[in-house]
Amino acid sequence: MRRAYYLVPPLPNCIIAPDMWSFFHKLGSPPWLYSISGAILRWLLPITLVALAIGLVWGVLFTAPDFRQGNSYRIIYIHVPSSVVALAGYYVMALAGAVSLIWKMKMADVAMQACAPIGAALTFLALITGSIWGKPTWGTWWVWDARVTSMLILLFLYLGVIALYEAYDNKVAAGKACAVLSLVGMVNIPIIYKSVDWWYSLHQPASIKFTGESTIDTSMLYPLFLMIAAFYALFTCCMLMNMRVEILRRESSTGWVKRLLFRQEHD
Amino acid sequence: MSAPGSLQFCRRLLRRQLTLAVRRPVEIGNPLLFFTMVVALFPLGLGPAPDKLADFAPGILWIIALLSNLLTSDAVFRSDFEDGSLEQLLLSPQPLYLTVLAYIGAHWLITGLLLALICPVFALMLNLPASAIATLALSLLLGTALLSLLGCIGAALTVGLKRGGMLISLLILPLYMPVLIFGSAAVKGAVVGSPAGPYLAIIGAMVCLAIALAPLAIAAGLRISVDA
Repeated sequence: MRRAYYLVPPLPNCIIAPDMWSFFHKLGSPPWLYSISGAILRWLLPITLVALAIGLVWGVLFTAPDFRQGNSYRIIYIHVPSSVVALAGYYVMALAGAVSLIWKMKMADVAMQACAPIGAALTFLALITGSIWGKPTWGTWWVWDARVTSMLILLFLYLGVIALYEAYDNKVAAGKACAVLSLVGMVNIPIIYKSVDWWYSLHQPASIKFTGESTIDTSMLYPLFLMIAAFYALFTCCMLMNMRVEILRRESSTGWVKRLLFRQEHD
Repeated sequence: MSAPGSLQFCRRLLRRQLTLAVRRPVEIGNPLLFFTMVVALFPLGLGPAPDKLADFAPGILWIIALLSNLLTSDAVFRSDFEDGSLEQLLLSPQPLYLTVLAYIGAHWLITGLLLALICPVFALMLNLPASAIATLALSLLLGTALLSLLGCIGAALTVGLKRGGMLISLLILPLYMPVLIFGSAAVKGAVVGSPAGPYLAIIGAMVCLAIALAPLAIAAGLRISVDA
């Protein structure tokens, strides 16, 4: 059964190639998305867990201690990936919101809702690990510098989206309102982050530079990159799992979900 | 009778909002009264030492401006939403962008402009050096415009909800923070004699960006709220 709202308004094929276009159509169909995400997860989830384990063991056990911070710096292997992915997650959420607003695609709305709690959790993790790292390094649990503050603001932005979604009884309107709010937040994030440059802080300037010379040793950098990649994959896995639950919840009265459950009972 | 042009319509709407406000002077007075009361809270909480108060005055005044703006922005669309006139405005052939701008303009004139005019009194009460008062008024004049623009986004998204009051602060306060940073930095700079121009220029740039983009978000928010 194909309902009208799975369709997206036709664009000329010169803009998107025909294959791409049918892929986009399929992306809007809950049963297809449910099955493809299941297939992706079957591979991605074990890879993610293995990469997380390797990165963590490599970073924590097999890198040299920092000459000034000793062993305490090793929390970087949790702190940096979670902050990087927390920020990227907001953009994923906002872009999904934009897609759901522009093309009225229900599955984009599901994707947006799936991002918010994961992003909030990662932001919280980044703040907690930063605070634990701050105690031995700066001698205090909490410093009001720009980067810590902007992560805190990011947490507020995430929580605002979640709170707005919960406040609406009409979940269709809730999705749209959250999409608008997350887009507003997306415009504001660079403004908030730019305050890093102006705001006096105890926080060191960024150590990883892709353009200039890095001030962190490469032997410490490889496990860090692995952890960042693993956290991205973890975010994707969690997002897909959240989406699958939400798809089942929304489609619980449709035939394909009933058939799916029936089949699982008999397997 | 021919339909009014867009700008004329916008002007009429602005006049309507201001007339409505002037007919209920208490509504205009309430934010100012709130401002006064919260100013009185700080010496009670922090102690009356003049030099300490002077240190905190830029931040205190800016935070109170933030809060009074936040509390009033909740009501910008509410009465028009409840009596249905907002729905009529959305259905009218006039561009929603200008309609929304008229609402924001009225809100800014009623709260921000008055606050900027009256703030020297509070600055004196908090022992802010006289040299910084002009900067305070200017930064509030510019900054409250931005606060109104951002606040109305929250108002538009929550106008259809019964319990909007607390929610709007959760949505909008994070967006207010850059304004607070630059606004209070401008005043603090003026206290020690450094030029406030760059800070005011940044606030001005943010106001320009917000004038361009915020009405779009507000218009989308209002449509969502009316549809829901």
